[in-house]
Amino acid sequence: MSISGSPSPGTARRTWRLAVPDRTYRILLGVAGGIFAALLIAFVVAMATQAVPAFSKLGVSFLWGSNWDPAHNHFGVLPFAVGTIETTVIAVALAVPIGLGTALALAYLAPRRLRAPLSTAVELLAAVPSVVYGLWGLVAVAPLFRTTVEPQLTSVLGWTGLLGGPNQGVGLLLAGVILFIMVLPTMVAISRDVLAAVPHDQVEGAMALGATRWQVLRKVIVPGARVGLLGAFTLATGRALGETVAVALVIGNSAHLAPSLKANAGTIPSLIVSSFGEASGTQLNVLFAAALVLLVVGIGVNALARVFVRSVKRSGAASVTVA
Amino acid sequence: MSTISFDSSLDPILSRRAAIQKIAASSIARRKVYSKVAISVCLLCLVVALIPLVAIITYVAAKGIPAWNADFFTQVTKPEGIPNGGVWNAIVGSLIIDGIAVAASVPFGILGGLFLAESDGPAAAAVRFSADILTGVPSITIGIFGYIVWVKTVGSYSGFAGAFAIAIIMLPVIMRAAETAIRGVPVTLREAGLSLGARRSTVARRVVLPAALPGLLTGVLLAVARGAGETAPLLFTIFGNQFFQANPTKAMEALPQAIYTYSSQPYNDLIQIAWGAALLLMVVILVLNVGSRLMAARLRRERR
Amino acid sequence: MTEPLTTPAHIAQSIGLTTEEVFVGHHAGAAKAMRLENVTVTFGGRAAVRGVTFDAYQREVTALIGPSGSGKTTLLRALNRMHDTVRSAAVTGTVMLGDTDVYGRSTDPTLLRSRVGMVFQRPNPFPTMSIYENAVAGLRFNGVRKKSLLDEAAESSLVAAALWDSVRDRLKVHASTLSGGEQQRLCIARALAVEPEVLLMDEPTSALDPIATKRIEELIGELKDRVTIIIVTHNMQQAMRVSDRCAFLLMGEDRTGELIEFNSTSKLFSEPDDPRTLDYINGRFG
Repeated sequence: MSISGSPSPGTARRTWRLAVPDRTYRILLGVAGGIFAALLIAFVVAMATQAVPAFSKLGVSFLWGSNWDPAHNHFGVLPFAVGTIETTVIAVALAVPIGLGTALALAYLAPRRLRAPLSTAVELLAAVPSVVYGLWGLVAVAPLFRTTVEPQLTSVLGWTGLLGGPNQGVGLLLAGVILFIMVLPTMVAISRDVLAAVPHDQVEGAMALGATRWQVLRKVIVPGARVGLLGAFTLATGRALGETVAVALVIGNSAHLAPSLKANAGTIPSLIVSSFGEASGTQLNVLFAAALVLLVVGIGVNALARVFVRSVKRSGAASVTVA
Repeated sequence: MSTISFDSSLDPILSRRAAIQKIAASSIARRKVYSKVAISVCLLCLVVALIPLVAIITYVAAKGIPAWNADFFTQVTKPEGIPNGGVWNAIVGSLIIDGIAVAASVPFGILGGLFLAESDGPAAAAVRFSADILTGVPSITIGIFGYIVWVKTVGSYSGFAGAFAIAIIMLPVIMRAAETAIRGVPVTLREAGLSLGARRSTVARRVVLPAALPGLLTGVLLAVARGAGETAPLLFTIFGNQFFQANPTKAMEALPQAIYTYSSQPYNDLIQIAWGAALLLMVVILVLNVGSRLMAARLRRERR
Repeated sequence: MTEPLTTPAHIAQSIGLTTEEVFVGHHAGAAKAMRLENVTVTFGGRAAVRGVTFDAYQREVTALIGPSGSGKTTLLRALNRMHDTVRSAAVTGTVMLGDTDVYGRSTDPTLLRSRVGMVFQRPNPFPTMSIYENAVAGLRFNGVRKKSLLDEAAESSLVAAALWDSVRDRLKVHASTLSGGEQQRLCIARALAVEPEVLLMDEPTSALDPIATKRIEELIGELKDRVTIIIVTHNMQQAMRVSDRCAFLLMGEDRTGELIEFNSTSKLFSEPDDPRTLDYINGRFG
């Protein structure tokens, strides 16, 4: 068989006469990888340059200004920052317990033969495009909220003062719930992997002492996986913070701080996507600045999450050192 | 009652044993019930997690199938009030934009994957880290990046700008999948090629990549599933176009973007089209996703 | 061997026995801690070990020896119902813990395991717990909450495991900071804290260095007054050093382990009844 490139019968039709020297090959690969890292840097730089005019014209205070009124040159983005945090909190507050329970079920409790298909089913939730989530949330779930969920919740929890105002269906609460559904598969998939990775000898050790199944889960398995679970939580939070389209469709798009969970609100991504088309001048720069903040937070949260998840993968199954 | 031997120095042990056994025996029933209840709650969580999946698939199917008619697939989008609208322009736009994105990101992704698989230094670690971060960054920021880099500099919205943004989304997925697939090729194969005197690039091209092909394909399918479903990046780059437009240098229409635009409109016939498009998009993406999983599963089975 | 001094009535009464009944077992070796009768363990219909019958006497160390694959560990794990979680596993025959039928319908496996403890081949302390928390983990699992009882049991078991002096000042540190041998002794302490009647040990020193091994072998000698010990070991010399009686298991041609001989250690290693035992002792097979 000839190596340098002439074809032997049955291989590709093309004739590669040129076999690239090894050093060129390595450089080529290095460049490909380097372009990658350069892309990330260019990303941040491009955003920053577009955002700078906003800071030079308005200072930094617009980041916590509470009045968004572009017509009168007020660019306070605080209502949207708060809205972002509120929707994320709702989503994650629901996703952590339910996600953990689901992950425990998939890793240890569900019938063995069903574990793989059910895991795939939960992961498919992540495959649904976010715009479909938005449409479904708007048309299918919002009426349900308006007629059933919100009235019920108000009657049970109205005393907390968080549920004032009319039942409109769309709003902060719905956005939070739709976000919860969207980050759940992330939470479940990672949690399930780290829970299943807890070394089996610890499980046996606990069993041999007379622990019930739940005691083993709660006192040995979950603590044993806690670093990875933290990573899952962080990753889910990152997803929730950055989600744009689904939230924009169901949150009601208000520029004011939401007075209650049932009110309309806005998040930074929804602000950007809804006002980008008509924005110009300073407003446009402010939107870029908001996007820059989003990018930086997104990078930071993701980096943190990867650090958590990686430290689990690196230690692998050996979490106890035997001298 | 158990037979217990007696020894004076074991007094406290025996009494402790008795005390412990008493506590254990009296609490076992309560502990077991608690365990059963907690486990049931977890299984309930699993059911709760699956409900939205079933709900969304059935609802979108129920609303979308009635919208699927000949016009839907062949006509371009028409403004409100005008009948017989369709998403033909969006379908073509998506195919072209995603096609260009794949054509751009696959070679880069494979080269990057080769780089990661064949080197282990700090440079590789930095690149790998960047890839992981890029997969988690909000896609709206990628759309804005595409706007800054392409739309602003070129001066107009275009299909290429959209493809650029989608390619950025696909790239890290392909790269990591390529790295995994290439690392999965037995070292012996590569060594065999090198020992015959072949250049590294030849070995890569003729030995490693063909062997890694199934894994690479899985990665590409996954990347396409990911990229084709993204909306936010498109909103800032292609602008949308109600007429048929196959020239990627101009503003185009794509499925996710069309769905978004029509969802926000209060006109029933447009919402109807949005449902049809949503079903189409969802079906394609789910098929791609399931397809890539099946392929990955077959790969794993063959490896054994 | 110790002499019984008196029989404090209050002790006898608190465990619900008469003083005569308590007195009965003072002579080491007279009473049986565990009785096995025709025990067979199958996995998916195929027997891993078959027809095993022997008795483990109180205050003695009984060793299960034999070449690898002879079913020793499988048999050991049947004694505290560790096979319950394996779907394809089935255990037949009779296993008695004192008067309790281990596999009886009214016997709860979780409760059983508080009476029959286990130490594993590789040390497995809980890494997220401190030394103290590891020691009392078993007690907590079984519902014990009183701090005084927990402290008392922790100290007693750590003393018994020859660990107290080195850890008494750092009870709150993580268990993973200990060396391998110390971790295994912590696992022994953890098992002892629940005050089981029987302690099963599955090759407890095979993952340890010789010095750590020696310490644990000494420990076993000290512990047998407190708990009956059944130990699996593939190391003949170890069996000779630590055990009072030995059960020699061997895998037959049908790949099923069988009990070849059960005798006092001194007899088994000097004048075994069965020629196969003699072959094993002489190193004819590993």
